[in-house]
Amino acid sequence: MKKLVQDFKVLHKEELNDGTFVIDVKAYTPLPDIKPGQFVNVLVENANNTFLRRPLSIHFVDYEKNIIKLYIKKIGEGTTKLGELNLGDKLNIVFPLGNQYSIPKNSKTLLIGGGCGVAPLLYLAKHLKDTGNEVTTILGVRSSYDAVELDPYKEYGRIFVTTEDGSIGEKGYPTQHSVLNEKFDYTFTCGPEPMMKAVAAYSKSKDIPCEVSLENTMACGFGACLCCVTDTKRGNICTCTEGPVFNINELKW
Amino acid sequence: MVNLEVKLKDLILKNPVMTASGTFGYGKEFEDFIDINQLGGILVKGTTRHHREGNPYPRMAETSSGMLNAVGLQNKGVEYFCDKIYPEINHYDTNILVNVSGSVIEDYVETAAMINELDRIPAIELNISCPNVKEGGMAFGTSCASAASVVKEVRKVYKKHLMVKLSPNVTDITEIAKAVESEGADSVSLINTLLGMAIDAETRKPLLSTVTGGLSGPCIKPVALRMVWQVFNAVNIPIVGLGGIMNAKDAIEFILAGASAVQIGTANFIDPQITVKVVEGIKEYMIRHQVKNVTDLIGAIKTQ
Repeated sequence: MKKLVQDFKVLHKEELNDGTFVIDVKAYTPLPDIKPGQFVNVLVENANNTFLRRPLSIHFVDYEKNIIKLYIKKIGEGTTKLGELNLGDKLNIVFPLGNQYSIPKNSKTLLIGGGCGVAPLLYLAKHLKDTGNEVTTILGVRSSYDAVELDPYKEYGRIFVTTEDGSIGEKGYPTQHSVLNEKFDYTFTCGPEPMMKAVAAYSKSKDIPCEVSLENTMACGFGACLCCVTDTKRGNICTCTEGPVFNINELKW
Repeated sequence: MVNLEVKLKDLILKNPVMTASGTFGYGKEFEDFIDINQLGGILVKGTTRHHREGNPYPRMAETSSGMLNAVGLQNKGVEYFCDKIYPEINHYDTNILVNVSGSVIEDYVETAAMINELDRIPAIELNISCPNVKEGGMAFGTSCASAASVVKEVRKVYKKHLMVKLSPNVTDITEIAKAVESEGADSVSLINTLLGMAIDAETRKPLLSTVTGGLSGPCIKPVALRMVWQVFNAVNIPIVGLGGIMNAKDAIEFILAGASAVQIGTANFIDPQITVKVVEGIKEYMIRHQVKNVTDLIGAIKTQ
């Protein structure tokens, strides 16, 4: 798949809470085929201490409107600056980058997202439903304040929430949710590494395939800088080109 | 029409813009973004005698106007390069240079000898300045005697253009430049990264697995320019300047300081099309300043 570097236009911005927002960016030419789990590398302008691009999961693609949705949490200067973008502003993006989640057919799939790590799972849920899979998503967050944007997932299946303080959904971590007592055929996850490792352990115990999306720090995003390597059974390999999605059997987890 | 061609001794570049090793993969990584053939040359990833896994993650830390890296020369070794990678890239209509690194002199010599046999590789860049390998690497480039000895031994087996990449982590870079020139280097490229480090105050941990790493990006440009200027006044062989070039204006500054050609490194990560933009920008500058030959700009700063 050909990688592109292009200017996009900010078409819409939705604040989900003080720290999290979704922006819709519109391409000037028809979008190429984008797979669930792929990411973009965006240029942050006018930020003194943000030198490199910021790699971000692709949250959703709407080919009719020719837009990519990005789900962003303000953590440092780069993501904060992205939150200050106004409608009509340009955003320079290198995309589509990385591999993709596998798409099984007619299976019972479990998606587990932790915090803003949920970002790539909405687009994945759509693809899974489109290919006849049953989709169950669990979002794990600290409290109800962070349990944002649940409705879109309902279009593709069930959505459950766990909160650390029990303010909404089941109290605890997503890997402790009661729905895990059901039988699933595949798990897909993205979020903090301890959570993904817990999902990996659950999947191993049930002997079902599990794919995780890593977010190693990177410079280029397309395999030139060799900075984002992850230690796999094949040695150090680039997360940006051979991932970000890995089957847990490839990792030394 | 402006003439962008430059000669590094016998090595002819269609324009002075090359890529810096370790920032451009093997060229293939950039094929979606640019026409590689529009460049004066490409420097492929640092190649060693044997496979190297590189350093553990994390290997990179962003800094103000730059980045630190500690990749540690991850590569699959020279045999893999010759057998697998070379056949995939030898069709490029540009100069392909291999950056050769090692831990002991024998490794440099054996690697250089193997690359000497590749028809479409007209030159190597001898890396005696990598700050990210424990043994060897930068150690060769930080004393005149060891720099001279590695160049002397490689010169015996390598018959084509021998470029030597210098470390800025020295007291007087001109002494090293003169030492490698006297042993038969055809050109020098400078600077490699500056040794640096970064700490997370909250966790009290270093940001790199190796604690220290190589600093690159626009934050090092003034140091690099100064060193190019000093070396230009010290040696007679051509200089390839690099260190924080982000645009055509930066590239022109290096040429004015004495570089015959430039390498673009870290900027490739931010704009994968930057190299061809710099070629266009140099043309535009020459037209605006009524400069016919880019060679007329080499070392042409007005110091009085």
